Amino acid sequence: MIRFENVTAFYENDKPVLNGVSFTEEKGETIGLIGANGAGKTTLMRTLLGLLPHEGLITVDDIPVSEKTLPEIRRKLGFVLQNSDNQMFMPTVYEDMIFGPLNYGLDREEVDARVDDVLTQLNLTELKHCYNHKLSGGEKRMAAIATILVMKPEIILMDEPTSALDPKNRRLVINTINEMPETKLISSHDLDMIWDTCDRVILLNRGTIVADGSAKDILQNKELLEDNRMELPLRFSNP
Amino acid sequence: MLAAGDSPVHKLHPSAKLVVTIAYIIITVSFSKYQLNGLLMMIIYPAFLFSSSGVTVGTCFRKLRFILPLVLAVGLFNPLFDRAAMIKIGNITVSGGTISMVTLMLKGVFCLAASFLLMATTSIDNLCAALRQFHLPPMMVSLLLLTYRYIGVMTEELSVMTDAYSLRAPGQKGIKFNAWGSFLGQLILRTMDRADELYNSMQLRGFSGSFTYADCKRFDRRDALWIVLWILLFLICRFLDIPGILGSLLLGGFS
Repeated sequence: MIRFENVTAFYENDKPVLNGVSFTEEKGETIGLIGANGAGKTTLMRTLLGLLPHEGLITVDDIPVSEKTLPEIRRKLGFVLQNSDNQMFMPTVYEDMIFGPLNYGLDREEVDARVDDVLTQLNLTELKHCYNHKLSGGEKRMAAIATILVMKPEIILMDEPTSALDPKNRRLVINTINEMPETKLISSHDLDMIWDTCDRVILLNRGTIVADGSAKDILQNKELLEDNRMELPLRFSNP
Repeated sequence: MLAAGDSPVHKLHPSAKLVVTIAYIIITVSFSKYQLNGLLMMIIYPAFLFSSSGVTVGTCFRKLRFILPLVLAVGLFNPLFDRAAMIKIGNITVSGGTISMVTLMLKGVFCLAASFLLMATTSIDNLCAALRQFHLPPMMVSLLLLTYRYIGVMTEELSVMTDAYSLRAPGQKGIKFNAWGSFLGQLILRTMDRADELYNSMQLRGFSGSFTYADCKRFDRRDALWIVLWILLFLICRFLDIPGILGSLLLGGFS
């Protein structure tokens, strides 16, 4: 479970980029974080991961996020970055996948078994020994998800998981997200994808929560979305 | 990716290749500046590796094309300073300076070729794993690996920026001198940002300063034999005048 209580976050020597943010995400829930550019979606995730300093209380399974608890917190969280190139830093998909589990001290046999399981689950077995720099955008995104799933995190954070993907790969990512039983926090401008994957939506504007409710209530509220520099999802905007 | 090959040399334990390369470089450098005869014998090692690893000589020289001129420039002025006649080939007198120049050039080329062949037949991760097996401090090995990766990030960004520049400067050759400052500044800022993101990504997957390397294959008898035989051969080349002995044999010097 994730809890934010009156959280304010800063970039160095700058004004706050998150302002008094409070919400709770229950186990197994999937929340979509939406908002215009600069609304604070990525900042919220980075704060949760302890990559940005904050004031207020953030807890993950009742463990407060602090310098001291970061290793424990990060073990519970898996973060899929917006740019897969920044996530995949080892030469091959396999080496990238074993990086996290080996760092957490798992033995090699278990790691290999997990790698095979995840690759089978995502239909990526043929990519196992491929070089990361030779993968297509869609393959890279799926491989980036695989590097996170193999760590078996309890909560998965995804930053713009469908950006720059063609329709087929986008659908593949959406289906994959829907098949993942973990608690998920997904940030995106792709409101149709949010509709397809999230039960609940949090709308951010200039670092504060403007609305927090069911996907049905928020994503069909034209006035609310337009007031916050957004538009209805395509499926609702067509005459 | 040359290091992903499947030749017998690729399959050797990285430690064995590392030890032999270090020994080769030390022994090659230790030849005196007039010992051209003996030094020529040291070509055996790179020649053997080229023929058995599948890495071509052309690839090697193409990859090293920016460093080779610098190496070849070493000792270029020796013939001017050391004009004493050393040997005579027919009517041509060769000065000590010329011999020392050629010796220095060959030393440089051999050492570079040996280092290149090590990198071309061993992945950086396996190499770092080998360095850790030699108990080098983890921080030092991680620094080496991260520097290697940073070069990749930098060249990627450089390529994106160069493309963006040339698309808006058609017909212009290279980057204008007055744009170098901002170009380099942007490049550094961009690569720093990307390196920061990569580091964050590593931290979020449990990285705490030292890499957990993929398991290397076991060090077996074949690897030990590789080390012993090559070092023995290098020492023979270093301390025995093989070309001289061969010459004497051919000319019936022992008869």
